[in-house]
Amino acid sequence: MSEVKKIATRESYGNALVELGQEHENLVVLDADLAAATKTGTFKKAFPDRHIDCGIAECNMMGIAAGLSTTGKVPFASTFAMFAAGRAFEQVRNSIGYPHLNVKIGATHAGISVGEDGATHQCNEDIALMRSIPGMVVINPSDDVEAKAAVKAAYEYEGPVYLRFGRLAAPVINDNADYKFEIGKGVTLREGKDLTIVATGLCVSASLEAAEKLAADGVNAKVINIHTIKPLDEELIIAAAKETGKVVTVEEHSVIGGLGSAVCDCLSEKAPTQVLKIGVNDVFGESGPAVKLLEKYGLDAAGIYEKVKAFIK
Amino acid sequence: MNKLELQKTANEIRKGIVTAVHSAKAGHPGGSLSAADLFTYLYFEEMNIDPKDPKKADRDRFVLSKGHTAPGLYSTLAQRGYFPVEDLVTLRHIGSYLQGHPDMKHIPGVDMSSGSLGQGISAAVGMALSAKMSGEDYRVYTLLGDGEIQEGQVWEASMFAGHRKLDNLVVIVDNNGLQIDGAIDDVCSPYPIDKKFEAFNFHVINVADGNDFDQLAAAFAEAKATKGMPTAIIMKTVKGKGVSFMENNVAWHGAAPNDEQYAVAMEDLKKVGEALCQK
Ligand SMILES: Cc1ncc(C[n+]2csc(CCOP(=O)(O)OP(=O)(O)O)c2C)c(N)n1
Ligand SMILES: [Mg+2]
Repeated sequence: MSEVKKIATRESYGNALVELGQEHENLVVLDADLAAATKTGTFKKAFPDRHIDCGIAECNMMGIAAGLSTTGKVPFASTFAMFAAGRAFEQVRNSIGYPHLNVKIGATHAGISVGEDGATHQCNEDIALMRSIPGMVVINPSDDVEAKAAVKAAYEYEGPVYLRFGRLAAPVINDNADYKFEIGKGVTLREGKDLTIVATGLCVSASLEAAEKLAADGVNAKVINIHTIKPLDEELIIAAAKETGKVVTVEEHSVIGGLGSAVCDCLSEKAPTQVLKIGVNDVFGESGPAVKLLEKYGLDAAGIYEKVKAFIK
Repeated sequence: MNKLELQKTANEIRKGIVTAVHSAKAGHPGGSLSAADLFTYLYFEEMNIDPKDPKKADRDRFVLSKGHTAPGLYSTLAQRGYFPVEDLVTLRHIGSYLQGHPDMKHIPGVDMSSGSLGQGISAAVGMALSAKMSGEDYRVYTLLGDGEIQEGQVWEASMFAGHRKLDNLVVIVDNNGLQIDGAIDDVCSPYPIDKKFEAFNFHVINVADGNDFDQLAAAFAEAKATKGMPTAIIMKTVKGKGVSFMENNVAWHGAAPNDEQYAVAMEDLKKVGEALCQK
């Protein structure tokens, strides 16, 4: 097998901002003393006058972004997911969500794949928080191609958008000519009749790998990539549930309130189906290399494979 | 401890910082090294603590509000006897109790979990308030970064501490002049820091060189003598202090030395140690 190309989606974020910035004068980027890590530093190099460093003051940054957006600018406010969705939650809810302002939140370093910084920086709750805000679009791209497309779609969309990016380099899986990104539309990556795996973000590639291993055992899994957790592609998920029965959700996020919960909310009401939620099981993360942590928390292909096997027995 | 002993101890603590971060291949050496003398002074001279009894009820408390400089705190706690110095190399490794940011559930001597900037000072205020409420006379110390004080929560906590006249609280600001994105006065200037704390009803002590033990000793004596208001010690330091290529270099805020750089850093510190032994 040839080496798959790997790029962290935070890199994609920085690069997409530069491309968009060339086309759109009204795009501005905010950061909170993490420009090198969030990759908005790439934008800063290209457009120093449109990069606003707010210092270590995330709540204030969200308020400033809200104000900027009321005057026609399109702000992308960037920091780690922990501080964007966590610390500044109420500012996002009341100053951006409630007035439905055109602010884009670029949240990097989501999930346990933050690695060595440990639990204080590993946000496994951001999807839950953001999807509970009325009118907030929540996007969790799976690779470089999707991340760049998502940033562009977020710019075109009028209203608040939460974009979730990772620190760890992720395999490029959507690098094909007919790839098309549409907010709210899931993508079926693999057909299968025995069960459906619904994955998001970093876990999409691991789920595809797990599906290959299952196929070797004679189990054919359909794999759906849900990049937009809100609004959820209910039609696609309901159809898949009706077709295959059992559904498994996979995410680098708490099993409480994330993709798994969103899928359950939908299915329990509209097409009751047994669902296994794979994610971070209501625990805090810890320090360690990202790849080892994904393994330990069962979010790599082997871990997903094991849990699916037990589930369909 | 006399000044020479403090200097020697601080130098050992610096070795531990560099060794831990090198072994972790990640972490924050710059702000750990700038505060190494402060950590040393607090744990070897100033604070009423007992490494044999880390949870002693009447102990003085320390909250590392700038939690990313955990290597500095851990190396100090190890030197002071809370846990083996040998464990420092497990920093940030999977399964180690030495988490990337201070974790009070697992690390002996850590009085408060921290790592999200701006939050530690509030917890320190809570500890100081509790002592006042129950008439105990332990003191509470907390260390903040000069970038960290851009967080609004720092000033909410300070307003409260000033209002409540918490004279058992000492807020220390490590004024090393740098944060991640550059110099603090380029990113979003917090200056004048002393006037701000004064306005929040603190007794303010400016320390011209926070890497000098005589100046630290004078500042903490003055803080102890201060009644009726909390104290803020604003100490000028050198980020990366003690390792030639890290000093005043923003690139060493959150990066680990490779093997070659590690050797150079340890050589720098070895020389300092040898010079101190000649004294
Ligand atoms: C709330 C929050 N925002 C951002 C960060 C990421 N971060 C870690 S260290 C740091 C810079 C700190 O600079 P300073 O306070 O000056 O610390 P020092 O120079 O002493 O290392 C930042 C932004 C964080 N840990 N917490
Ligand atoms: Mg600093």
